[in-house]
Parts: sequence; structure tokens; C-alpha cells
Amino acid sequence: MAKADELEGLLRPPAMELPPYPPKVITLASGEQMVVRQIVRDEVSVLLEAIYPLLLVERDFYDIVSARLFGELLAYKRYRVKDEYVLVGVIDGVLAGMVNGRMVDGKTGMSYHTLTIRRGLRVGSHLFAAKMEYHIEYCKQQDVLIVAESPIGFRRWMIEYPLEKRFDVQHELGGVPSWVLRSETYYRAKPRLVTGRRPVAEDLLARAATIVLPEEEALVRQVAGEKEAES
Amino acid sequence: MRPVYIAGAGMTKFGRSEWSLIELASAASLAALHHANLGDHRVDGVVVANMGAARVNRQTALGSALVDQLALYPAAAESVENGPASGASAFKVGVQAIASGMADVVLVTGVERMRVVNGLEGTDFVASLSHPEAEYIYGVTLPALAGMFARLVMDRYGVERRHLAMVAIKNHENGTKNPYAHIQQTVTMEGILTAPEAVVNNPPIAEPLHLFDCCAVSDGAAAVVLVSGDVAQRLEHPSIRVAGIGQATDTHAVHEREDPTDLKAVRLASEGAFAMAGLRPENVNVAELHDAFTILEIAESEAAGFFPRGQGHEALERGETKLDGKLPINPSGGLKAKGHPVGATGVAQLVELTWQLRGEAGARQVEDAKVGYACNFGGFGNNVVATVLKREDG
Repeated sequence: MAKADELEGLLRPPAMELPPYPPKVITLASGEQMVVRQIVRDEVSVLLEAIYPLLLVERDFYDIVSARLFGELLAYKRYRVKDEYVLVGVIDGVLAGMVNGRMVDGKTGMSYHTLTIRRGLRVGSHLFAAKMEYHIEYCKQQDVLIVAESPIGFRRWMIEYPLEKRFDVQHELGGVPSWVLRSETYYRAKPRLVTGRRPVAEDLLARAATIVLPEEEALVRQVAGEKEAES
Repeated sequence: MRPVYIAGAGMTKFGRSEWSLIELASAASLAALHHANLGDHRVDGVVVANMGAARVNRQTALGSALVDQLALYPAAAESVENGPASGASAFKVGVQAIASGMADVVLVTGVERMRVVNGLEGTDFVASLSHPEAEYIYGVTLPALAGMFARLVMDRYGVERRHLAMVAIKNHENGTKNPYAHIQQTVTMEGILTAPEAVVNNPPIAEPLHLFDCCAVSDGAAAVVLVSGDVAQRLEHPSIRVAGIGQATDTHAVHEREDPTDLKAVRLASEGAFAMAGLRPENVNVAELHDAFTILEIAESEAAGFFPRGQGHEALERGETKLDGKLPINPSGGLKAKGHPVGATGVAQLVELTWQLRGEAGARQVEDAKVGYACNFGGFGNNVVATVLKREDG
């Protein structure tokens, strides 16, 4: 038993002490309130359940994003990735999207993925901004390394912020040349891209505490449109 | 001229489609033919409206392609490209064919598949309708033209961003009642304008226009079946007569207009359509306006004669253009929420009016609608087709 624990210790990457991400609430275009909060490892299973039906959805690269995110969440749950965190957006208890990333070291973060389930309300934009907020404002990092796997992501991150090239660094996601959000760029972009209010009212937090998934058919339809939902 | 009737109407759901251009056109056409229930009457002519297939989809001669796909030989086939007014222009060609006695049954189908290219290419393709030397080469896009237009109208008539938001809120609400609408999502004043988060939810596109002031970019198709009076009287459903069509043009470059806030071509086209119909704007029960940008719904509602100039936003604020208002505008959700597959839009407006006048519009039905009006706004107002439809037994 002792040997197994020792081996497990060797298999796990060393962990940094990460500050918690304080939850916030965002009013969406629909008027709905989306709570953005950090999850704990015990909640990974429900996220995997949400992602699973999306693994074969080609539209907007949901397949590759879902597949990689699935692995990253498993790695987080089973302690096989260094200093990962996951934030979720929840509307009235129902999962609207998720983002994740990890820390390279104290000064540099690495963005992994942004997956939107409730589309058309800029949920992904809000969640990506929350992720950057976590790296820069709460973890006090200088840089966040970022790549995009879809044209939508490229437009949202590389163009809207705008990010700078750091092509000498290969990102973990496929070795693609990295882009970087520097702390200075973040604070310049913050007034137009980072929103949300704190503290979150107790009743909203309570409703966001247990993640509910949309029905699978509705989930795929939201993500992929009618045709793929029917196939 | 012989009277012309709409015997059937159909469309695909607007949005992002995996179907090919001709599959989309065929689906809408078959729906319209089914709706028309023509029996043994053969289709004499097919007119297809489209703006960008040659460039975006690498396909031309769509009229011939649709005839082949539907095995409608030896029907005459035409393709019409007239920018965003292609749909109503094609409709006019079909009406002329029947009115002149050259045909008894004409299928008019509008189709566009523009989501195959990214947003930048799509914007550029639509911008190609602007003046090549005076506008396009300087990077002018349709949102840019609409932004400048909105700024002028706002300055002159006291229109505020909240009025633009009211158009979006109304049309998104209507869109949720239309199963064919691209956008099925309500929005609120708080979410798109007054909450601090609105800065992200509704970012600027071309000031003062923001994301929710702009229509969706969509794939889709819409079709109507036009018939002569002889054919119409043998059909069992209500007769929707093409009461009037007007068309007018204006300068290609917007800056050459004496008053850029005056949508002269809308005004003249509407006057022509109402004169031909022997009707007046106050006779209209339901209208479909070309709200590619929210400001256009307000401005067109004035230019068409529904409200005095500079007072469209006040009527909007009073709720007169809502589904239960005095003159419901864009019950379909308009281009704003139903979507804007450019070549299909003008036909889709007439599909909606047909359904409304036949009492088949479901949750968005305008009560007791007898007369409908559509404005298909081409270019940036340099080529406009207005149409008035009337339910004959009403």
C-alpha cells in the first residue's frame, strides 16, 4: 500500500497553491443571469456527460475541442495534469458552457479550451474573459499562452483582445505556435470584454451549486443545429 | 394586365445549412408547390433569385439547375440577380410573365447559401453592391453605410439607441413564434443596452449600430407559386392577389443623394405599389420591412407612408408595430431574427405575407389580416421593390 501511494505521488505532477476564483454573475442579452464559478474535482463527471454527445459534432470544431477537453477534464479529475482549473457558466442551474486552463509556472498560464453549450448569447466570450480574469487578476500572472482551434475562437481571442504572437513557443494543444495575452493587454481590453458582478446573491449561488444538463437532443441541437441533431 | 395570384408559399428554416444551394431551393420550391396544391397544372416558368452564388458557391444559371432538379422541363427558366432586392425582383418577373399572358403558373424561388464563407468574406461579398469607385475601394461595408445613416437619422429626428433596441427586442420576440426563423432567442433591454454587461453582449459593429442592430447572416430559401386568375379560381384555398408592385432606384453612391436620410426609392416604390393596388398605407394590416439593420425598419416605416417622417420611432415606442399593435411590422421576426439569406429575403417576405393573409401564420398570426405590404431594400436604398398583397375574399 505504501509503495502504491509512493508511485501515485510520482505519477502526479507537483501542485501549486492556486487562489480560488470568486464566483460572479453576468446578465446575458436574454436578460438571464449566468453564474460563473469554479468547479471541484467531484463535479467533473457531470461535465463529461455534457461533452460526450459533442465528440462527433464537426461543426465549428466541436469534435476536437470536446475530445481534448474530455481528456483534460479526466486528467484534472485523476491528477494527471499540473495545476488545472475549470470554470463553468450556469444559467438557472443549467450548464451553459465551460472553460479550463492550467498554470505553467507562477508567471505564465496556459489557456486550454472554451466550450459553449448555450450559443448565441456570447457565453463563450464571457467565459473566456473570466478565464483571463482568473489568470491575470487572481493568479497575478503576467502572460497567458493561447491558441484557437476554430475560426470563431481566433476571432474572439486573437482579434478582439487583440493577442500578440509568441510563435517561438509551441502550445501544448498540438504544438501550434502560441499567442499570448499579456497583463497590460488584458487591462486595456477589460472595460469592453470583462464584465460581471460580485458578490453573487445567495439564491443564485444556491441554484448554480448543482449543475443540471440540458436534454441531450436539445444540447446537440443548440451546438450543431437541426440537421445534426436529427441524424 | 391579367390579375396574378399567389397560390402557394413555402420556405426552409433559415440558419446555417449543410444543404447545397439547389437542395435548399428545391426544398422551398416543393413546399410552395405542395402548399399551392395545383393538381394537374404544370409549371410554365421558374425564376430563381440569388445574389452571390457565382462568387460564394461557384454556381450560376440557378433557374436551369432548379428546373432540372425538380424535373419541371420544359418550363422556362430565369435567374435574377439584383442585390438584396433579388427576391422581389424575381417575383416581379414572375408576375409580369403571368400578367402578360405568357404563362399561367410560375414558380419564384429565392435562395442564398452564404455561411460557407467566413464573416469577413461574407461582408465583402455583400459590400460588392456598393459603388466600386466611390465606396467599395475605401472599405465601405453595408454595416458602415447603415451606421452613418443611423447617425444622421438619430441626430435629425431624436432616435436613440433604445429605439433601435426596441426593434431588435420586438423582432426577436416575433422570431421565437416563427419556426422558420434563424434566431430563436428573445433579448431584453437590460441585456443589450442598460446592464453593464451589455458592452460585451452587444458590442459595437459600426457605431451607433451594435451586434443586435444587425441581421443574422443566413442560409435559406423561400418560394411562391404564382398563378393566373383562371388557375386561381379552380383552387380551393383563399386567393391572395398581387395587388401592386412598385420599384424605384436612387443614386448608387449614398453621398450623392440630396438628403441621405430620405429613403426616396422606398417612398417612390411604395407610392407606385399603392397606386397600382388602389390602396393606401392605412389600408395595410401587416408589413414585412427590410430590417437588415434596426434603423432601417424605423426609416422604411416612414418612407412607406405608415408614419410621418421622423415619427416612426415614436410609433414603435407606443407599441403600434408589435404583433398586437395597430400595424404589426415584421411578424416573421424580420431579417433581424428570421435571418437574411440575401437572395431569398424578398421572396421570404412574401411567403410570410401569404401565410398571414391566409390565416396560416400560427402563433404570430395578425388578426384578420387582409392587406399586406413588403419592402425589399436593395443596395443601400438604391433599388427598392415594394409589393402589396390583398386577400380577395376579405
